[in-house]
Amino acid sequence: MARKPAKPAKPAKLKKPAKQSAKPRKAAPAPATPQEEASLELLRKLSETVAVSGDEGPVRRLILETIKDLADEVKVDTLGNVFAIKPGPARAPRVMVAAHMDEVGFMIVGVDGDGLLKFEAVGGLDDRILLGKPVWIGESKVPGVIGMKPIHLVKNAERESVVKIDSLRIDVGATSRDSAGRLVRPGDRATFATPFTYLGPTARGKALDNRAGCATLVEILRGARSAYPVELICAFTVQEEVGLRGARVAGFAAKPDAAIVLDTTQANDLPAPDEEDENFKYNTRLGQGPAIYTQDGSTLHDRRLIKHLTAIAESKGIPYQFRQPGGGGTDAGAIQRTRAGVPTVSVSTPARYIHSPGALMSIDDYRNAARLVRAALENWDGKVLRR
Amino acid sequence: MKPLIKKLVESYGPSGHEDQIRDLIRGEIKGLADYVTVDPLGNLIAVIKKKSKSGRKVMLAAHMDEIGVMVTHVDSKGFARFVPIGGVYATTCLGGRVRFADGTLGVIGIEDRKINSPSLDQMFIDVGATGVGDCPVRVGDAAGFYRPFEEVGSRLVAKSMDDRIGCAVLVEVMRALKRTPHEVQFAFTVQEEVGTRGAGPSAFGLEPDLALAVDVTLTGDTPKANKMAVSLGAGAAIKVRDSGMLADPRIVALLEQRAAEARLPAQREVLEGGSTDARSIQIARAGVPAGCVSIPCRHIHTPSEMVDLRDVEGAVSLILQTLEKPIEL
Repeated sequence: MARKPAKPAKPAKLKKPAKQSAKPRKAAPAPATPQEEASLELLRKLSETVAVSGDEGPVRRLILETIKDLADEVKVDTLGNVFAIKPGPARAPRVMVAAHMDEVGFMIVGVDGDGLLKFEAVGGLDDRILLGKPVWIGESKVPGVIGMKPIHLVKNAERESVVKIDSLRIDVGATSRDSAGRLVRPGDRATFATPFTYLGPTARGKALDNRAGCATLVEILRGARSAYPVELICAFTVQEEVGLRGARVAGFAAKPDAAIVLDTTQANDLPAPDEEDENFKYNTRLGQGPAIYTQDGSTLHDRRLIKHLTAIAESKGIPYQFRQPGGGGTDAGAIQRTRAGVPTVSVSTPARYIHSPGALMSIDDYRNAARLVRAALENWDGKVLRR
Repeated sequence: MKPLIKKLVESYGPSGHEDQIRDLIRGEIKGLADYVTVDPLGNLIAVIKKKSKSGRKVMLAAHMDEIGVMVTHVDSKGFARFVPIGGVYATTCLGGRVRFADGTLGVIGIEDRKINSPSLDQMFIDVGATGVGDCPVRVGDAAGFYRPFEEVGSRLVAKSMDDRIGCAVLVEVMRALKRTPHEVQFAFTVQEEVGTRGAGPSAFGLEPDLALAVDVTLTGDTPKANKMAVSLGAGAAIKVRDSGMLADPRIVALLEQRAAEARLPAQREVLEGGSTDARSIQIARAGVPAGCVSIPCRHIHTPSEMVDLRDVEGAVSLILQTLEKPIEL
């Protein structure tokens, strides 16, 4: 898209830029403590799990297995949201921290006579990025590819237009409806088939939106029970990508006094097309720290919570940035309006190319998101919500 | 009532940033209610307790917030780019002035003055800075439009008549209310302009038996206006429907009856575009019968919103008439 490689905006916070080898590496960029290694290994597993909105079973099982010893109480609600609760001291404020575990992807809607699969998008996906992409179907990751006409056969006029999803098919190598039907059934979900890997100081993977938030939430749960002077209600929510549907009921059930939503937001920090111009619509910048929200399409984030987060970040020396006010939204839009209202703020890890096969995320931003929210919870007191 | 209106409309309070206007209203209603609280989203709630067994719980809602802008980026020369908070029209911005919470004033400029249909993307706020270093505002700071209150005959002109005039009506009702059998719940709400977000939660907390929103409505009495049977100066408007809600017909009938009994001029309102807090209140919990007393207003969502003082006073009288008598739906 950009004509020249992106300038990483001031990577001041990065220790020496890691040397990039020609081959993608499996191991996390050094230096990493064993716990950081474990956290990134979890992120890898989360990223590579196929769990599209409405079919979160595979990622839910992974999360349940990971957190089973990290909370006093773990439960799954009617819609499939996972709650993990750490009770605080008596009369402690109830603070909900939520991250959605679903991802955008596809749903198989039919099998043609020739064994090709009709499919639809689930959540916001751009038709222009679909052609020719490998996919994984279902929990067992049946491999397939979104078929396309090879360039040899494409007429000039066709190159000018976008092929709509309706006329695309997924090819799993089947030769008949029956043989395809043995592999895949209508209603199965699919995602881009992207193995998680490291590129220099960044991680690349599918579904970093919002498995990064899920992994951050697990990191928060790893904090000692006594570390937080709040009743901590962690919620891994479902169906965010189709309209914040899980968070609405999760917020109602949790009855929190305040909520922090962990998500992933786009870093559109490439240079402006005209080099004379300043890019003033970057949303966030990679490597500049976790992004604190002020206004998005569904929420005016609580001023007191924004102040608490920025004050903690500044006192602890944790880098942060403000996500540019604008459209889009997070589970905060649903949670803040449950019952008699909930003061809510969002914190996102910036990532380039989200809702595509390969999002890029700074490892430092990811680590700092967990540091920031943990510190905010550890230092919670009566003053946070005072008007 | 004019000194109160002037104070309210000249105060700062874009959606999500209602602290200053809330403090101002809190001062104005001191001693007028049995109790006053601020709910989790920041709605200011003042309740006059029930005096009679047959009384109902009546919620009155007016929103404190106003439209505004929020800074998205400060460029290397100190100009601030921005996005709207609520329904801000680019056509009314150019050359306009905005004011931030700390009083910082800014002027809205545009990249190219000859653009025919400008968009907010092409505009910026000039706060007199020369670079990032001396720019007093940063990403996430919010500003309201800035314009003094003026009188033009019986009309009043100001920014944020929408909906400080509704707040003024509520305050005036609290001051004038002598006796009522009902529990009256005054809700000065937040975040209406971004999608009536404050009112629903406030109604969840208050659990009213019925509710009235008090807000401005458009008129059909200006050159080439959309056809609409509401005029400035013809009395308070009783809403039948807008694009977000259908008023409970029993409430429409009740308000019309009380207006007729008191010989108050009133007009029916059918609004094709826009809505009010009543939309969210109506669907709170298991549902709330809801309606609206509207103040006709010209030039809505510009820095020069115009109302007629007689309509404002008429709205106060109509609400008082309704509260002082029994309510049977």
